Amino acid sequence: MTASTVEAAQSVVEPVRYWTRQRKVGVGLAAVGVVAALLFGSLATSRKAEFTLAETISGSAVGIDGTVGAVVFGVLAALAGAAMLVTARRWFGWLLGLGIVSALISFLCWQLSQAPDNLNTIPLGSVARSSVTLALPLILGALAGVLCERSAVINVAIEGQFLMGAFAAAMFTTLAGSVWVGILAAGAGGLIIALLLAVLAIRFLVDQVVLGVVLNVFALGLTGFLYEQLMAKDQSKYNQPTFVPEWDIPGLSKIPLIGPALFKGNIFLYGAIVLVILIHVGLFYTRWGLRTRAVGEHPAAADTLGVKVLALRYRNVLVGGLVAGFGGAYFTLLSTTNFNKNMTSGLGFVALAALIFGRWSPIGSMLAALFFGFCSALAFSLGSINSPIPSQFLNMLPYIATIIAVAGLVGRVRAPAADGTPYIKG
Amino acid sequence: MTEQTTASAEDLAAAGADQLPPPRTFAGRFLASMWTANTVTVTVLAVLLALVIGGILIAISDEAVRATFSYFFSRPSDFFTLSWDKVSDAYAQLFKGSIVDPATVQAAVNGTGPWERVFFPISETLTYAAPLALTGLAFAVAFRGGLFNIGVQGQAIMGAVGAAIAGFLLPLPVGIHLVVALVFGAAFGGMYGFVPGFLKARTGAHEVITTIMLNYVALFFLGWLIVQKGIQDPERSDAISKPVDDSAQLTHLLGFLGPSLRVNLGIVVAILVVAAIAWLLRRSTFGFELRAVGLNPEASRTAGIGVGSTYVMVMTVAGALAGLGGATIVLGTAVSLTGAVIGGVGFDGLLVGLLGRAKPWGVFFAALLFGALSAGGNRMQSFSGISLELVGVIQALIVIFVAAPALVKTVFRLRPAKVSGLGTGMSKGW
Repeated sequence: MTASTVEAAQSVVEPVRYWTRQRKVGVGLAAVGVVAALLFGSLATSRKAEFTLAETISGSAVGIDGTVGAVVFGVLAALAGAAMLVTARRWFGWLLGLGIVSALISFLCWQLSQAPDNLNTIPLGSVARSSVTLALPLILGALAGVLCERSAVINVAIEGQFLMGAFAAAMFTTLAGSVWVGILAAGAGGLIIALLLAVLAIRFLVDQVVLGVVLNVFALGLTGFLYEQLMAKDQSKYNQPTFVPEWDIPGLSKIPLIGPALFKGNIFLYGAIVLVILIHVGLFYTRWGLRTRAVGEHPAAADTLGVKVLALRYRNVLVGGLVAGFGGAYFTLLSTTNFNKNMTSGLGFVALAALIFGRWSPIGSMLAALFFGFCSALAFSLGSINSPIPSQFLNMLPYIATIIAVAGLVGRVRAPAADGTPYIKG
Repeated sequence: MTEQTTASAEDLAAAGADQLPPPRTFAGRFLASMWTANTVTVTVLAVLLALVIGGILIAISDEAVRATFSYFFSRPSDFFTLSWDKVSDAYAQLFKGSIVDPATVQAAVNGTGPWERVFFPISETLTYAAPLALTGLAFAVAFRGGLFNIGVQGQAIMGAVGAAIAGFLLPLPVGIHLVVALVFGAAFGGMYGFVPGFLKARTGAHEVITTIMLNYVALFFLGWLIVQKGIQDPERSDAISKPVDDSAQLTHLLGFLGPSLRVNLGIVVAILVVAAIAWLLRRSTFGFELRAVGLNPEASRTAGIGVGSTYVMVMTVAGALAGLGGATIVLGTAVSLTGAVIGGVGFDGLLVGLLGRAKPWGVFFAALLFGALSAGGNRMQSFSGISLELVGVIQALIVIFVAAPALVKTVFRLRPAKVSGLGTGMSKGW
């Protein structure tokens, strides 16, 4: 009561400050644009930088003089930033998008114009396709996080669920000779960690962030141990999974740019799309979703109205485990040919970051994952055009971009109110 | 919050259970208190439980043992004797590799073997424990301040980089060189910890995301640095830096007994730092503010504590500690920078910090335990053929059980008592 009065009084007297977040971002963007125009413009050569929508670098492409492109698009980014100062909140998203894309094109003009002949083309179709592919495990992992954390159980154990899923998928695909058995086993692998997470967090009230970190180490040790004791001794018997089949959607897969990215996929791509839609609709338009959100925000109120808080939490955490385990299968059935110790190399944590970056929503998490996937894909294609930037710095790109995005654009995020707090009835 | 709720759950359970009358004699009371769920009992039982589960894993992953499954019901004794042999042998090696091997003592006393062999296990344990204590502390300090520092690994990498650069680029006299190298390690780690703290204070960027990302950045930076001219060892073609000068290396404490005893001044540094941090947390103004912010940032802000500046300071100190941990590795054992120079010491630091209940001396003893498991695990791997990964499983299980005193209590039917859990800050969630 008193608190709200104080807050109301403050909001009345507080003047509207000129330097809002939008304006600060605008200044930052304008500075980036100026730097891009000057730096990239001076570094770029007058050779052509070519962009093609296809998946390969042969075929028709749009070309632009390197120096001109770098300067023009740098200036465009600076203008977009300057416009933000004037428009403040209006069109913020559009201007930001325009500015970032322009700065990126300016950068690419420099990179492409200095590349050796016949490498100065960037196949955007291929970049789009690998962005989506690289984002797949992150989307699935973040969705698992959404399921858990919307019902107030923090899931830091996505990494562990990935590892168990990857291990189970490799082992059971090889043993059974079928990827579908492997995928089911992967779900079960994720489920094991989810079960430990659920019981220890909900029944035994263990601090959930701590628990997640420890379960990751547990999964890392367990899969590593079983790998050494079983797989490493007889690779052909336990560790030679086959790839998942590719399903092209006829017609749609011929669309340039988005065709190869979205309609030339596999079970993981279509599964991820379906799951994002299902969880989004489920969370915001069904009774289950309303209850889940209620349990995540105010479990006592939900309980008063007859929602079984603990049962719902168990169910959501376990379903989350299935989803993350499925995501783990990606590593052994799609991205590489067999299981290796610690093969997920921390991508579960990146999925967690995507979840927070996406503000605990299925669509937001997906976009955050795609952003990360795009940065990785871009780093990869810059590597293949002999970029003068050392490969290690290109590899840093997705991580640094995430830090900048989180610090500069997202800022303070608000988790579900009860996230991480165990519920004790009475 | 969690601690309180746990306590209330315990009280409820206690009210339901039939209470025994308190024993009269001292011995009786001592025994009774041993079977209550106090911190020491829970920790010991957690280790025991973890070893039991580890034993089960050893047994079922062994081919000879699995062969006995086929006729388990006709002759179960085969399964049990084989499993017992396998598991007891593995754990005997674990003990011999981490504390002492009785055979070497006998040989040394009889004059047929060197004393070097006797002290080898304990030397290895202390060698592994020193950086773990420091990285564990890096996690613990941030944890007490209400921050979840997953970036210990990256901070330790930067510390190793700083120490190594000072170690082979600066021509300094013996004594000063070592101190300067350690300071460089702490400074590099501290700067790397400052970044997430600053971002958190200024923009609200969540430290879990930023520290995870910075771990990767540090790893790639290290990978780039060690192939640069002036850094890379000119006599090698692979990615390895020049070795640190002798004057900057941590002195081997037991070097007079034999060259294989690697234990070095690092463990002394670790003990001194643990003592200093214990004092800092308990007695200093900064320590008070840190704990207050960790317990309740809103109340601290109301009380006039600068929450943002405390976060920055906490992360800088944590980073410096992790950096010092990385420095002790590169100046003590590794000598040169490689891509995997610090191994997983940063991530293990998280477990050590948690096992030590985020208290300085607790962290130190947790580091000793983990160091012993690592040292013994090496011997277990080479003598019993049990993969080193098992040690990771056991370490994780120990921490799970320690973090879930309610679980240990249920398994062993302990009587309720006050357990110091991991109550600070984090139970609020993100």
